[in-house]
Amino acid sequence: MKIQLVDLAHARSGDKGDTANVGLIALKPEWYDVLNRHVTLDRVADHFRGMIEGEVERYELPNLNALNFLLHGALDGGGTLSLKTDAQGKVYSTALLRMMIDVPDDEAAEFGLPGVKPATGAKAR
Amino acid sequence: MAGGQGFWGDDLDAPRRQVEGGPVDYLMLDYLAEVTMSILQKQKERDPSLGYARDFVGAMESVLPAVVEKGVKVVANAGGVNPPACAAAIKAATAKRTPRGALRIGVVTGDDLLGRLDSLLDAGHPLANMDTGEPLSKIRSDVLSANAYIGSEPIVEALAKGANVVITGRSTDTALTMAPLRYEFGWSATSWDQLAAGIVAGHIIECGAQCSGGNCLYDWRSIPDLANVGYPIVEVTADGEFVVTKHADTGGRVSVPTVTEQLVYEMGDPRSYITPDVIADFTTIRLAPDGENRVRVSGIKGKPATDKLKVSIAYRSGFKAVGTLVYAWPDALEKAQAADSVLRTRLDRLGLKFDRVLTEFVGANATHGRLAGDQRDAPEVQLRFGVRGPDRGAVERFTREIAPLVLNGPPSVTGFAGGRPKVEEIVAYWPALIDKSVVKTSVEVIE
Repeated sequence: MKIQLVDLAHARSGDKGDTANVGLIALKPEWYDVLNRHVTLDRVADHFRGMIEGEVERYELPNLNALNFLLHGALDGGGTLSLKTDAQGKVYSTALLRMMIDVPDDEAAEFGLPGVKPATGAKAR
Repeated sequence: MAGGQGFWGDDLDAPRRQVEGGPVDYLMLDYLAEVTMSILQKQKERDPSLGYARDFVGAMESVLPAVVEKGVKVVANAGGVNPPACAAAIKAATAKRTPRGALRIGVVTGDDLLGRLDSLLDAGHPLANMDTGEPLSKIRSDVLSANAYIGSEPIVEALAKGANVVITGRSTDTALTMAPLRYEFGWSATSWDQLAAGIVAGHIIECGAQCSGGNCLYDWRSIPDLANVGYPIVEVTADGEFVVTKHADTGGRVSVPTVTEQLVYEMGDPRSYITPDVIADFTTIRLAPDGENRVRVSGIKGKPATDKLKVSIAYRSGFKAVGTLVYAWPDALEKAQAADSVLRTRLDRLGLKFDRVLTEFVGANATHGRLAGDQRDAPEVQLRFGVRGPDRGAVERFTREIAPLVLNGPPSVTGFAGGRPKVEEIVAYWPALIDKSVVKTSVEVIE
């Protein structure tokens, strides 16, 4: 089933120079494994393709049920140089929550993900 | 320890609420962002008695009874680029209401490297840009301020000398919280786990209410009474374990999700949160609920500090301006896009050259870009057009090209009452590293 990250996680983002960071936190501790499996470096880089100029880095914090992503070249030069509305990367957090992931139905059922309806491939929400 | 300010411009009354809302030993006030240092430097150039966060004077006046009568100590980086002037201003503002000797102000200096820059370069400290590797010579003549991020030691020294108010310049935000803990508990300079715990406590409360319900996405509708949001408090024990909480009868919320959101804020590599005193490992932090609006934090591990300090150098880097107009339904986005195209053609024809031109369509794509999807039917869209470049004249000329579009561009346009966009001088940042051994701090306690 397809599921949107906004139904699985919350997030906060901030800046350091021209890099935005997005901390992605599972809404329920048991969903961290699902995030860790499906929200990969490649998927996130693909999600933000064309929106950022640099590389993406990914870190795991199983102790906080969280992943941390660094989006380099995301802020049009950063801080005071930036012409962007979101010059400090405050809402890259919810931009990541737009991402759709494809979770096998049996895995979604096992972890009790929202929107799981047995036997019908029901969509999220 | 209570956190009472997350930046210069935060809630003016929060420091008073923090010392009057319940028992606290220390009040920590963080005023400095990178941009703040250069603003303060400009103020000091105009008037040598300025260059500090002036909000701190009002804050001190409001917490003075708690400091004098209840023994609350205050630690703040409000000194900016001029801690002695800040101390003098506090003294002047509180003199009439303070018994002799009741206020002992510890003043920490030595972080300001502006006057030493050339001798440091001559002595072989390259101060190269940490991100790009470029040498400082590239921007040397445009430098406005240069400050090393200093750690807990001078603050501990000031407290040991009897200060009950400590004013620093560019100390790290987290040191303001960790130093009093180090002083009270006698943690050594190599008590890595305890020092790291103090840093994590500092990271949690350095942004004020952002850990106690403010800007919290998790179940945000259910967070009570943000109008009366409680600022954070940490209750720390000598082993480094602590509880994050807030005063009774305040709004907001302290929960595992609210604290977790703050922990990941502005995070880099979580295993290496580098500070002047210690490297904290955020992957070792354990959070657990500890009653209503209480979160217990434990398990934190630290590693030895590096032999470098970060230096933040601010320099002049050209000019920018941003202009906006609002287009209404029908076809709001398409009209805004047409206006953008007209504006770009006119700027080209004028021969104006910029390093950067950025168009955003607020209401359609300004924050989430293409991820926001099709917004052709939006009820209104704001055209937001920005330029940046070294030539003030070109940026100034651009600011005169927005208003004419109201009468000579695409239709259904409004929202221009604010007048011409303002030209802003850009102060940019040059992060660098320097050997710890060359930065000498000093502490003076004045009464």
